[in-house]
Amino acid sequence: MAQIFHPSFNTISKVSIFGAIFFLGAVIYGWDTLLRSPYATQVNVAREQPVPFSHKHHVAGLGIDCRFCHSTVEESAFAGIPATKTCMGCHATVWKDAEILEPVRASLRDDRPIEWTRVHDLPDFAYFDHSVHVAKGVGCSTCHGRVDQMPLMWRVNTLNMDWCLSCHRDPAPNLRPRDSIFDMRWDPDTLDANQRAQLMMDYHVESMTDCSVCHR
Amino acid sequence: MKALRRLCLAATLLAASACRQDMHDQPRFEALEGSSFFADGLSARHQVEGTIARGELQLDPHLATGRIDGAFANSLPMPLTRELLERGRERFDIFCSACHDRAGYGEGMVVRRGMKQPPSFHIERLQQVPLGYFFDVMTRGFGAMIDVADRVPVADRWAIAAYVRTLQLSQHATLAEVAPESRSKLEDQR
Ligand code: HEC
Ligand code: HEC
Ligand code: HEC
Ligand code: HEC
Ligand code: HEC
Ligand code: HEC
Repeated sequence: MAQIFHPSFNTISKVSIFGAIFFLGAVIYGWDTLLRSPYATQVNVAREQPVPFSHKHHVAGLGIDCRFCHSTVEESAFAGIPATKTCMGCHATVWKDAEILEPVRASLRDDRPIEWTRVHDLPDFAYFDHSVHVAKGVGCSTCHGRVDQMPLMWRVNTLNMDWCLSCHRDPAPNLRPRDSIFDMRWDPDTLDANQRAQLMMDYHVESMTDCSVCHR
Repeated sequence: MKALRRLCLAATLLAASACRQDMHDQPRFEALEGSSFFADGLSARHQVEGTIARGELQLDPHLATGRIDGAFANSLPMPLTRELLERGRERFDIFCSACHDRAGYGEGMVVRRGMKQPPSFHIERLQQVPLGYFFDVMTRGFGAMIDVADRVPVADRWAIAAYVRTLQLSQHATLAEVAPESRSKLEDQR
């Protein structure tokens, strides 16, 4: 029987098998990059909201504390989103007739809550709790960034599991004294390694990486 | 035949790996999540009238309303401690200082941007009111000021009331009332 393949095909077949591995690798890499891109993770992408509420104005401009509006952040899993009434405490007199605040007034009038677009939303199979992070010395800006500079809210972190774990494996560099939790300007470099180790001891912080911590 | 079986297997596997979000969005409600089931669109129901939520039973009218036998109480329903005042200061700065400013003169940032100006805490009339009055203003609101009862728990409201009184005393204190060890520091600053 005559040979079907010329001997040079030996090389071609080797190269193509070898090449397939690289091709597959490139596809997987490309897919992974896509999943981590701002397009998929929505990092640094400002969301449209029914009312263009500005943290920059209210936090940096007026100096209002986070807890004025997110009042359950210290004692519950959920940080809390302010009721319409909380806005109207000021906006019944301040910017009383402004067009952009009409949805807020309508919400009070019709007794229907404002439907904010969620910016941070973990899948339901992951458990997150604000109170423990606040109590153990992790500040808002560590996870949410410079909220006081945001005219509209966006995310600065992916909220992927590897992001949670990067801190849970080694929390020390992300800790700060409890009285600075809400300080947006706090700079992590103000503490040295010894002071961080001291905070780990004072607040009894452990490295928690068991699956059941977050998948329960 | 074998090829067909392989093809079927591959198709089944592909179907099984398809993107389902059931575990991402499970049939339960997160806090404040909307619901299409109820007409008002809320998943959390309003408390049924005439019922009391767990932990919210208030048997002590002094603690819960600031009144004893219908008249404002001029005492705290809990012991006065340093921690209580520290807590009061923290909570006052969070919930009141935007309008009343940190010293209580009613010149907070929001007032400068158009909010009705509240009276200073250091006027004669407010110096004379009993402690329970401050608690009542926080619990039920007063004129243009909304209540903070939904955001500030009962114990914290008392801590704030105690701190407001402290602020009032601080603005009319004489040097003789300052603890001796701090006195020289103040004199240096003069
Ligand atoms: C005057 C009230 C107010 C204050 C003060 C305030 N917030 Fe907000 N915050 C809101 C409202 C309303 C929303 C929902 C609309 C939005 O996402 O912009 C929100 C949304 C957020 C979100 C995104 C929630 C989501 O959808 O995932 C974060 C994070 C947040 N705030 C953090 C902070 C931090 C940190 C501070 C303190 C520096 C702060 N906020 C102070 C009212 C406030
Ligand atoms: C403590 C008082 C206070 C509260 C509470 C408050 N605001 Fe405001 N808000 C102001 C003031 C004062 C201004 C005007 C800002 C300025 O003049 O710089 C303002 C401005 C605004 C503006 C328009 C100006 C801008 O570009 O930011 C919007 C929209 C707004 N607020 C929405 C809200 C919403 C929604 C809430 C409730 C979550 C809220 N505010 C709660 C005091 C408040
Ligand atoms: C360890 C990281 C971390 C820290 C620290 C943190 N947050 Fe969050 N925050 C999150 C995550 C993750 C979510 C999304 C939670 C979810 O989807 O269940 C979130 C959601 C929110 C929301 C939306 C409502 C909610 O609870 O889902 C608000 C408002 C908020 N954070 C405010 C704050 C404030 C204010 C602080 C400072 C006290 C803070 N956060 C500190 C990670 C953090
Ligand atoms: C910047 C650091 C940091 C990040 C980011 C972070 N955590 Fe944490 N987390 C901590 C610290 C510190 C503790 C406290 C550990 C302890 O109690 O010793 C903690 C505790 C927890 C606990 C409570 C454990 C328990 O049983 O008490 C849960 C649940 C949790 N984290 C979930 C998450 C999830 C989910 C994410 C990602 C969305 C996340 N964390 C991101 C620092 C972080
Ligand atoms: C610190 C909290 C934390 C710990 C610890 C943790 N996870 Fe996760 N995990 C998450 C979060 C948050 C997500 C969701 C990420 C996202 O938004 O897709 C997740 C997602 C996952 C997913 C992906 C599901 C999907 O649909 O993409 C799997 C699988 C998973 N975790 C398994 C584990 C296993 C196994 C462990 C233990 C070795 C573990 N996790 C430990 C927080 C955690
Ligand atoms: C949004 C701005 C605002 C905030 C926040 C606020 N107040 Fe007021 N407060 C006012 C205004 C305005 C008045 C005057 C009301 C009137 O005369 O119609 C007032 C009046 C008062 C009075 C005087 C009542 C009288 O008899 O004249 C007291 C006491 C008081 N507030 C206490 C507090 C305390 C305590 C807090 C914090 C828990 C607080 N307020 C938070 C705006 C505010």
